[in-house]
Amino acid sequence: MPSFREIQEELPNVLETNMTPRLELRHICKRYPGVIANDDVSLSIMPGEIHAVLGENGAGKSTLMKIIYGAIRADEGEMVFDGNPIASHGPSVSRALGIEMVYQHFALFESVSVVENIALSVSGTFDLAALANRVRDVSKKYGLPIDPHRFVYNLSVGERQRVEIVRCLMQKPKLLILDEPTSVLTPQAVIKLFETLRQLAAEGCSILYISHKLDEVQVLCDSATVLRNGLITGTAKPKQSTPIELARMMVGADLPETHLDPSTTSDTPFLNVNHLTAPSDNPFGISLNDVLLSVFGGEVVGIAGVSGNGQAELISFLSGEVLFKGADTITLGGKDVGQLDAGYRREQGLAFVPEERLGRGAVPPHHLSDNAMLTGHRLGMVKNWMIQRGKANDFAAQIIRKFNVKTTGYESAANSLSGGNLQKFIVGREIELGPKVLIISQPTWGVDVGAAAFIRQALIDLSRTGAAVLIISEELDELFEVCDRLYVICQGQLSKSLDRKNTNVEEVGLLMTGLNNNSNSDNSKAF
Amino acid sequence: MFALLGHNPADTLFAFFITPLMTINGISEWLLKASPLILIGCGLAIGFRANVWNIGAEGQLVIGAVCASGVGLFYPAPESALLLPLMVIAGMAGGMVWAAIPAFLRARMNTNEILVTLMMTYIATLLLSLLVHGPWRDPDGYNYPQTALLPDAAMFELFDPMYRLNTSILITVVAVFAMWFFTERSFFGYKMSVGGAAPLAARYAGFKQSGSIWMGLLISGGLAGIAGMAEAAGPLGQLSAQISPGYGFAAIIVAFIGRLHAVGIVLGGLLLSLLYLGGEAVQLSLGLPSALTSIFQGMLLFFLLASDFLIFYRFTPSPKPTKGGVT
Repeated sequence: MPSFREIQEELPNVLETNMTPRLELRHICKRYPGVIANDDVSLSIMPGEIHAVLGENGAGKSTLMKIIYGAIRADEGEMVFDGNPIASHGPSVSRALGIEMVYQHFALFESVSVVENIALSVSGTFDLAALANRVRDVSKKYGLPIDPHRFVYNLSVGERQRVEIVRCLMQKPKLLILDEPTSVLTPQAVIKLFETLRQLAAEGCSILYISHKLDEVQVLCDSATVLRNGLITGTAKPKQSTPIELARMMVGADLPETHLDPSTTSDTPFLNVNHLTAPSDNPFGISLNDVLLSVFGGEVVGIAGVSGNGQAELISFLSGEVLFKGADTITLGGKDVGQLDAGYRREQGLAFVPEERLGRGAVPPHHLSDNAMLTGHRLGMVKNWMIQRGKANDFAAQIIRKFNVKTTGYESAANSLSGGNLQKFIVGREIELGPKVLIISQPTWGVDVGAAAFIRQALIDLSRTGAAVLIISEELDELFEVCDRLYVICQGQLSKSLDRKNTNVEEVGLLMTGLNNNSNSDNSKAF
Repeated sequence: MFALLGHNPADTLFAFFITPLMTINGISEWLLKASPLILIGCGLAIGFRANVWNIGAEGQLVIGAVCASGVGLFYPAPESALLLPLMVIAGMAGGMVWAAIPAFLRARMNTNEILVTLMMTYIATLLLSLLVHGPWRDPDGYNYPQTALLPDAAMFELFDPMYRLNTSILITVVAVFAMWFFTERSFFGYKMSVGGAAPLAARYAGFKQSGSIWMGLLISGGLAGIAGMAEAAGPLGQLSAQISPGYGFAAIIVAFIGRLHAVGIVLGGLLLSLLYLGGEAVQLSLGLPSALTSIFQGMLLFFLLASDFLIFYRFTPSPKPTKGGVT
C-alpha cells in the first residue's frame, strides 16, 4: 500500500511527543451502486492537530466524514480511536467517544428554538434556562453570537451553522469535524472562528476541516489529505505548499482563471428597486429599510453581507415569491412588477437561483428531467398543455453535460445528488434559460473550486452577452473576483453602490458589520 | 380473528377471498363494486398528489346521485336518448359544485379543506335523506325512503341481463386512462405534483397554488359525482337513503393503496371491492358480522401507513432521544 506508507512518512510532526493518534483510519472502503465513494482511504490525526480534507464535490469527503461519525458504515477497513479499535459504530458511540460533527446540510428542527435544539443533544437534567445561559457563554467565548430563544425556522443558513457549531462545542469534543464551516462567515468572523479552532486545538481537541478554500486551509491547518474520486491523491503540509500545488492535487489539472472583461452597460437598469421599505411580518425577520438598487444590462453586481441581514427578504421580493404592495417599487426591464408573481416575472426574462437547493430550487424526489422543466418549461417543453418529454430530457442532458454535473443521468432524483452537483444543475438550468436578469444567491456555496471557477466564469459571460446579473453572496473573495459593482447589506439596509476597483475587502468587511456608514462617500459610485 | 369468532381461519379466508370470484355473477359484482371505487380513487389521487385532501368524496357522490336522479325523474321526455348523458353531466356538475365550496374557502380564506369536505359530506347525506323521506318519495313505494324507479332510458345498458354489471364501467376505464395521462403527461398535472412535493419550489417557479386546489377538488368532486350517478342509474335504479356503502371513504384507501398511480388504483379498487364482497359472503354463509369488512379496510390502511413509516424510519434501541437515533 504505497499511499498508506506515504501518509505515515508525511505524518505531521507538530506533536511528536504524543504518539497515540487521536484517530486512525485504515483502508476504509465504501461502495455505492455505480460509484466507489472511498477506495482504500487511510489517514491519521494526532491530538490537537488541525487536519484538512480537500477534494472536489463527489470526491468522497462527506462520505468519509460520515463514516468517521458513524452515520454510515464502511464496507471494509477499520477505525482506531485513542488506540482502541471502534467495533460497532454509530453516532451515539461517536458522541460517547467525543466525536462531534457539523454537517454541510444542517440537522436542526425548525419548529423549536435554538436552545431546545441543543437540549436534544445534551445529556443530563433538562433545564432550559440553565442551558440557555451555557449556550450564551459558549457562543460569547467562541465569538458565535446567537440568541438561544430564537426559533430555528427564522434563522438564516449562516445563523443555523453557528447553532450547529455551538451545539458541538457544548459537548467539549475530542474530535470536531467541520464541513465547509466558513462559507457563510464574514472575513472578520472567519478570523475569529480560526482563533476559536486554534484555541480548541491547543486544548487538545483534534479538528477535521473540510474546505474548498485553499487559502484558509493554508492559514489554519497543520496537514492535509487530498481526495479525488474516492482515492487519496496526495498529502501535504499546507503551510509549506502553494495553493496551485494543492489545487492541482484536487482537480488533477490546473485551475482555469476567471477573466473579467470590460463591458458596456445598458442605458437603463434592467432591474431597479426604488426606496423599498418593508417591515418584517414576523418578530425575528429583518425589516428592509429604504433599499435602493439598480442592475444594468451587461454588468455583474454583488450584494455582500452576513446572512440574516435581510438578504432572504430582499430576494423574495425580487423573485416575486413574496409580492410587494407598491407595484412601481420594483421594476424589471422598465415594467412595474411589484405585484406580479414569480411566474410572470420569469416570462419577462428573470431567472433566479435560490440559496435553498432542495425544496425550493429543485423538487427533491423528482428526477432531473422534471426538475429541468420546473423553470425550463418555457423553452417549448409544453405544447397544448402536454409535456414534451423528449425536449425536457434533452434540456436536462444539456445542462448535465455543459455544467459537468456528476450523476448517472437525467433520470436520477434531485435528492440523490450531492449539494454541489445539484447547485451546478440549478445554476446551469437558470443560465441556459438565457435570462435578461439573473438573480443568484450563494452561487458557489459547497461547490468545489473547479466547478466554482466555471460557474463564476459562466456568470461573467452571461453578463457580457448583455444580461444583468445580481449575486448575493457571503464570500467576499468571490464577489471581488466577478463583480463590477458591489452593495453591502446590513440590518436590512443596503449601502451605496461601490465600484470594485475603488474599494477593498476591509471597507466592505466594515460595512458588513454596520460600522463605517459615511467614510465611503469618496470612492463610491452612486447610481 | 376468525378463530375468536369460532371458525376455521383457513376456511373463512377461502370463503372471504376466493368463493366470491368462483361464479360469473361474482365477477360481475366484483367489477361492479370496484368501478366506483376506482373512479373516485382516480379523482382523489390527483388531489392528494398536490396535497389537496378531499376527504368528502362520499358527499360529492351523494350529491352527484341526487342531481342525476333529479334529472332522471323529472326530465320531460323520459324516453329521450339524451337523458343518460344529461344525467352524467348533472351528476358530475353536482359533485363539482359540492367540491367547489371547499375549494373556494381554501383558495380564498385558507380554510382547511379536510374539515370542510368532511362536514359537507354530512350535509349531503342529510339532504339526500330529506329528499327521499319527503318530496321525492315514491308515492307507490310503501313508505320506503326511496324515489320512484328511474325510466329505462336513464339506466346504463347491462352487458348481460343475467348480471348487474353495466356500461358505466366504461366511464371508469376512460377515467383511469385520463388520470394516467393527466398525471404523467400533462403540464398541469406536473405543476400539481410540484406543489405537492415541494410547495416552496412551486412558488419559486411561479406555479399558483390556488389552481391546484381548484383542479384537485373539482376533478375529484366531479368523478365522485359520476360514481354516485352510476350507482343510481346502475345497480340501484332509483335514489334511496343508502346510496353508497361508504365508497367515498373507501376510495381514499384505494388511492393510497394505489400509491396515487393509475395502475395501482385499479388494483387497489379491485382489492377493496373484493373485501366488500367477501364481507357479504361470510355474513351470509358463516353468519359473521359485517363489521369485518370495515376492520379489513382499516387494517389495510393501517399496515400501509405503518410500512411507509418503517421504510423511511427505523427503530433504534437508543435510550436517550438523540438526533442521530432516527435516520
